[in-house]
Order: sequence, then structure tokens, then C-alpha cells
Amino acid sequence: MRELSLHILDLLENAVEAGASRIELKVEEDLKADWMVIEVADNGRGMSQEVMEKALDPFCTTRTTRHVGLGLPLLLEAARRCGGDLVIQSNPGKGTRVRATFRHSHIDRAPLGDLAGALMAILLSEHPVDLDFCHCIDSEVFQLDSSEIREELGDVPLSHPKVRDWLFDILREGETALADKREERPPTL
Amino acid sequence: MARLKNIEELKKIRTEAQKELLIRTQTGTRIIVGMGTCGIAAGAREVMQAILKELETRKIEAHVETVGCVGMCAKEPLVDIEQAGKSRIRYANISPENVPRLVEEHLVKGNVIQEWAIGRLDARKIQ
Repeated sequence: MRELSLHILDLLENAVEAGASRIELKVEEDLKADWMVIEVADNGRGMSQEVMEKALDPFCTTRTTRHVGLGLPLLLEAARRCGGDLVIQSNPGKGTRVRATFRHSHIDRAPLGDLAGALMAILLSEHPVDLDFCHCIDSEVFQLDSSEIREELGDVPLSHPKVRDWLFDILREGETALADKREERPPTL
Repeated sequence: MARLKNIEELKKIRTEAQKELLIRTQTGTRIIVGMGTCGIAAGAREVMQAILKELETRKIEAHVETVGCVGMCAKEPLVDIEQAGKSRIRYANISPENVPRLVEEHLVKGNVIQEWAIGRLDARKIQ
């Protein structure tokens, strides 16, 4: 995975596969403290202690169509090689929370990349899911809760071409504005 | 709480969309992109974006949806095209560069691209 946004998309897809109806995604970039935190929490079916212990083993998966599960192990490695870590908390029937941390300035930290595109991919999922998204870079914040948009749209799905284009524009504009703020700051030494 | 950029704009879209919704669900086109770990790593997000861009450029209104892994990881990115009354066709190893031809041949001309297709699901089995 060459961008952290692809890891984020993978975490969101896991939540959808776990039957979640609501997912919270937080991306926090603290440039002064030099940390980046990615946290995904869902209300899906959750994992037992036994399954959770195996979740970081690439040769374990709950799927029956294949015998490997690479998403979480790849993210764990990406975090650890940047001086960070990955923590999973889960309760059967209640949901799962995954938190990955990275040293922001670490030379091996992949760029965040096209987060708007990743979010769009999950908002177009065939299993409708509400996404509560928050991205902050120091004091600058971009937030979007798709449940509010769905409420406004009534029976019109997010995948409707007109809605889709409108939503994608909002995500791109929000993320571009944040990226501009990031670029204005001096690099961490 | 989320801040909706332009609620009036959204209300207008909703009104327009509702008028077309019934027609679209009965006669419309669905394009389904595999977005499991395997698909993501193989470039499915970029393929999805290329599809959205091509549809916008050609003014084609089709529903684009994403699904998880279907178990054919070596064939990712996988793109299914489903049109009302026709078989659902599964295309394998699709790249963003393939998308203009896919849209031109399948959606515009109505031809299945045999060398890219790996499966066909009978229309009667769809939902």
C-alpha cells in the first residue's frame, strides 16, 4: 500500500464487511508533537478475544474464499516502521476500534494520499453505511457526517450520479483546503 | 457535527434526483468495483475514479458501487457491469487506462469485450 489512505479504505471496508451501519473515522495530524493517528471505530459484529489475537497474523482470516488476511498486518508493519503501533479493541456484538499511530516526520511514513477518493469508495458501498469523518491538522478541522446527508436526501441514494458528484466535490475541496494548510507549515526538523 | 457546504444545493439535487429515480432503477446501469484489500492494493480505487471521470465526461448516468473481496484476488481490479435485462459481465485486471474503452464498448456500443471478460451472470439470477 503506497498511501495511508489505502490502508484507511481497507479498514473501512473491514468495518462494512463486519456488518457495521456506522463508522467513525478520525485522522489526526499533530505537527508540533510530530504524530499522526488514524482511528476507525465501527458498530459491526466485533471479534472474540480468540479472533482478535489472530487478526494481526497474515495467514489468518475469517473469510473462506482464501487463506490470507493481509490488511491489518500490512498496516501494523507500516505503523511500526515509522515508530508507531497498532492497537485493536473489539467486543463481540458491539464493534471494533482500530488505532494506528505514526511518527509524522518519519522518512518511511507513506503520504496520506487521496483520502477523498478512499472515502468516496466506501460511501458508494453496496451496503449503505454512515460515515462520521473528522480530519484535523493541528487546529484546522474538516468534518463530514454522511448520515446528515442521507437524512436530507430521503430515498435518493448517495450513489445517485448527481449526489455522488456533489459529495465528491465537497470531500475534495475539504481535503485540499487542509492539505494547503499543511503545506504552509515549516517542515519538522 | 458535519457542516453541509450548501444545503440548498443538496435539496435541489434531491428534488431532481427523485424525479428520475424510478426510471433509473428500472432501466439503469450498475458498475460494481471490487474494493477488498486485494482490489485496493491492485488499484481499484483509481479504477473507480477513472470510471467516475469517464461517466462524467461522456454524460452517462450510471450507478457506481463498491463491494468487498469476491475471492478472485489474482484477477483484481474486478469490474462488473450490470444493465437491466442483460447478463452481468465481470471484467478482470482492469486498469484506469482500460476504462475509456470499457465504457465505449460496453456502455455505449453494447458489446462485451471478450478478451477482458472472465464471467457472465445470468440476468434472471440478479436480485
